Amino acid sequence: MSLFHRLKHALVILVALVAASVASIAQTADEAFTRLAADSYSDTSRAIEILVSSAHPNAALIVEALNDGRLLAGPGGVAVKTAAGGFVDARTGQALPAAPVDMKPVRLNNAVRRAVQAALGGLGLLNPDPAKRTAAAEAVFKSRDAGLLPIVEAAIGKETNPRALAALRQAQAAILIAKPDTQPLDRFAAIEVLRERADQDALATLRALPGDATPALKDAQAKAIATIEGRLKLWAAAQNLWYGLSLGSVLLLAAIGLAITFGVMGVINMAHGEMVMLGAYTTFVVQELIRNHAPWLFDWSLAIALPAAFVVAGAVGIAIERGVIRFLYGRPLETLLATWGISLILQQAVRTAFGPTNREVGAPSFMSGAFELGGLAITYNRLWIIVFAALVFAALLAILKLTPMGLQMRAVTQNRRMASAMGIRTGRIDALTFGLGSGVAGLAGVALSQIDNVSPNLGQSYIIDSFMVVVFGGVGNLWGTVVGAMTLGVANKLLEPYAGAVLGKIALLVCIILFIQKRPRGLFALKGRAVEA
Amino acid sequence: MITRFLLQNMDKRGGIFLAILLGSAVLVPLSNLLLPASSPFHVPTSTLSLWGKYLCYALLAVSLDLVWGYCGILSLGHGAFFALGGYAMGMYLMRQIGSRGVYGNPILPDFMVFLNWQELPWYWWGFSSFPFAMLMVLAVPGLLAFVFGWFAFRSRVTGVYLSIITQALTYALLLAFFRNDMGFGGNNGLTDFKDILGFNIQAQATRAALFSLTCIMLAAGFLIARGIVVSKLGKVVTAIRDAESRTRFLGYRVDRFKLFVFTVSACMAGVAGALYVPQVGIINPSEFAPANSIETVIWVAVGGRGTLVGAALGAVVVNWAKTLFTSGFMAPYWLFALGGLFVVVTLFLPKGILGTAEAIWARRRKPDSTPAAEPAPAE
Repeated sequence: MSLFHRLKHALVILVALVAASVASIAQTADEAFTRLAADSYSDTSRAIEILVSSAHPNAALIVEALNDGRLLAGPGGVAVKTAAGGFVDARTGQALPAAPVDMKPVRLNNAVRRAVQAALGGLGLLNPDPAKRTAAAEAVFKSRDAGLLPIVEAAIGKETNPRALAALRQAQAAILIAKPDTQPLDRFAAIEVLRERADQDALATLRALPGDATPALKDAQAKAIATIEGRLKLWAAAQNLWYGLSLGSVLLLAAIGLAITFGVMGVINMAHGEMVMLGAYTTFVVQELIRNHAPWLFDWSLAIALPAAFVVAGAVGIAIERGVIRFLYGRPLETLLATWGISLILQQAVRTAFGPTNREVGAPSFMSGAFELGGLAITYNRLWIIVFAALVFAALLAILKLTPMGLQMRAVTQNRRMASAMGIRTGRIDALTFGLGSGVAGLAGVALSQIDNVSPNLGQSYIIDSFMVVVFGGVGNLWGTVVGAMTLGVANKLLEPYAGAVLGKIALLVCIILFIQKRPRGLFALKGRAVEA
Repeated sequence: MITRFLLQNMDKRGGIFLAILLGSAVLVPLSNLLLPASSPFHVPTSTLSLWGKYLCYALLAVSLDLVWGYCGILSLGHGAFFALGGYAMGMYLMRQIGSRGVYGNPILPDFMVFLNWQELPWYWWGFSSFPFAMLMVLAVPGLLAFVFGWFAFRSRVTGVYLSIITQALTYALLLAFFRNDMGFGGNNGLTDFKDILGFNIQAQATRAALFSLTCIMLAAGFLIARGIVVSKLGKVVTAIRDAESRTRFLGYRVDRFKLFVFTVSACMAGVAGALYVPQVGIINPSEFAPANSIETVIWVAVGGRGTLVGAALGAVVVNWAKTLFTSGFMAPYWLFALGGLFVVVTLFLPKGILGTAEAIWARRRKPDSTPAAEPAPAE
């Protein structure tokens, strides 16, 4: 046979094939429209499947219309009522001149709605927006709808965006796992894809492997599940660690001012929590002012509240020091009682002024929302509070180490009488130190107003924890406070999954009580003569 | 002989205090039960219960004064011992309800039925017996104080650190008792008691008897505390308060003395709690709140630290004022008053009402000689 002959033969076959396939599309489309016109639930579901799997050009239009109840069908054909109110022939996409007669909306039930949702997911795979494609692939991944396999595979062929491609491959793998008639080799590949995905959904999908799979497959599945569970445990631990750091930074903020006053003056300030509360209420007042007078400044409200809270709390602190505490130096237990009295007065004053109920403090836009990092869910407000705690700590460290005032403070801490003999006005340093410690508590209040209820009892809920941090970390060393706060925060959150929130906290308190027996002056204790003073 | 031991060295103010207490123990219930309501000397039952409550607080204050005033241990967790004693009594009273509860279960208290518990937890065993419950009133707080004190005093935790860990102790107990799983009624605590030793707890006669008993127990607590502080042991304890290191160097086992006083004091606080519960009719976890324990400290400080009588006086005066303040239009200002009291007493009345009054009295009687100043209690 000559070459020409062969070519002609091939051409004939090709033409015949193309014609047949076009005819089959037309035919399946016909079937779909007939079924839609029949308006029975099972026919409608089947019609949707046909439309989607044959990739009919108007499939998206039709399925969306069906979802919204805008799809009309009757003996005269199928039409779509557009959102604008016009009518379109569903088969051709041509606008219809007039409203079609003898057509009524195609009805839906739950089975049809599920089919519609699945179809919408499949159709979204062809959306021009890569983010939408990824989301659609994700939806297919969860539905594991075998009918969408062709469209998923078609989409994989065309996909250029790497994220969308990965999502599509995972969707494909999910379908292949669940589909009863998949080849074992494909399933192995699918298990591998899911193992790499390694999250809760992948786990659920892996478990959807049919029971009649070969032992080798089941083995691979079990291994993949074990790997994923290991990974998930790791992520859960990381998430707890993150929560712990977040709690630790909150504790650090609440306790660091206390560490300063306690460290320098040996004064237990029971009103410290109320300084935090004053800071939170200052934030509330600043935000109210901004809301009423300058709403455009709202995103800056926290930045404005910070210095305000520092000044308010610091001023109240200095007033307390000058008014009460300086008469009680050398009598730490009585200072404790007097400051407790002050804390009651401050609480009641705020309750009288602002009412006993919680006040709402808004979050600026940069502090709301969350993002995901691997398997971690991280909220912006917690992130910012950690950053803020670190900044406050650095600033305090700088003040203590680099400024003349810090030098004098350290001198007074180490040897009050010698410092006095060297010409340091210890009384003034005491007042300033107390003001600084209280001001920092005010700053903590601004941060806490973002994550806690702003009520007159705000300070009470932190005072015992703050004391635990200071006592655990030891006085006279800010690093001790950091280590104390972070240890307690992380330990608390790591204990929680095993013991529950309350029991974990009790366990921690007991641990601290025992720890104090071992090191009565905390982790980083001052050494030397200062100890007995 | 014991009586002689307790009564030796009884000074004038202690004598007056005892006389008043024992007089009230007899006369007040009699006036409540026998005199007609119209008589000017009749004591209404509500007043009787209220003062019974004050006297329980007074016993708590005496127990705290024993450790703080004479041994220098500022416990911010004495409320925990009080509440534990109260819970022991409450458990006995709960078992006495029997099948009269809302659910009519003869064994399980209502809250356990509500939580679908099938049987009584082991730590509730035996509480249907009054003697056992009374033993627990002493033993539970005493044991806790012993274990806690053994750890704390042996490792020489003192001063502010000790105060803070006692606070942590009561805070931990507060959290624990709030849990429903603990089997102590959770948030609601134990309440709705019916009778005690077969007597209706609401009856006037029972209340009068409870009041009388409270007076007697306060007197007994005072005598024990007084007996301790005037004994040779008490001298060592006072020495520990004033110069702990020096006492240790003199060869005394400081931790043992402290442990003894602390444990006795905790038992006394437990008794106060046990007397408190039947008179108030409820015990719940809020009694563990650290704020309550700190308030107890202020009663002692107001009355006069290191005087025993003063502590009882302070408890009664402050609580009487609290009732007065919180029941009228001045209710919102009570916390201002209480807070102010803390500040004023620590600043201006370091010896409390009793100490200051006695100093003035002594100065007036002997205008030419300086008052025999007792050394001020060191921290």
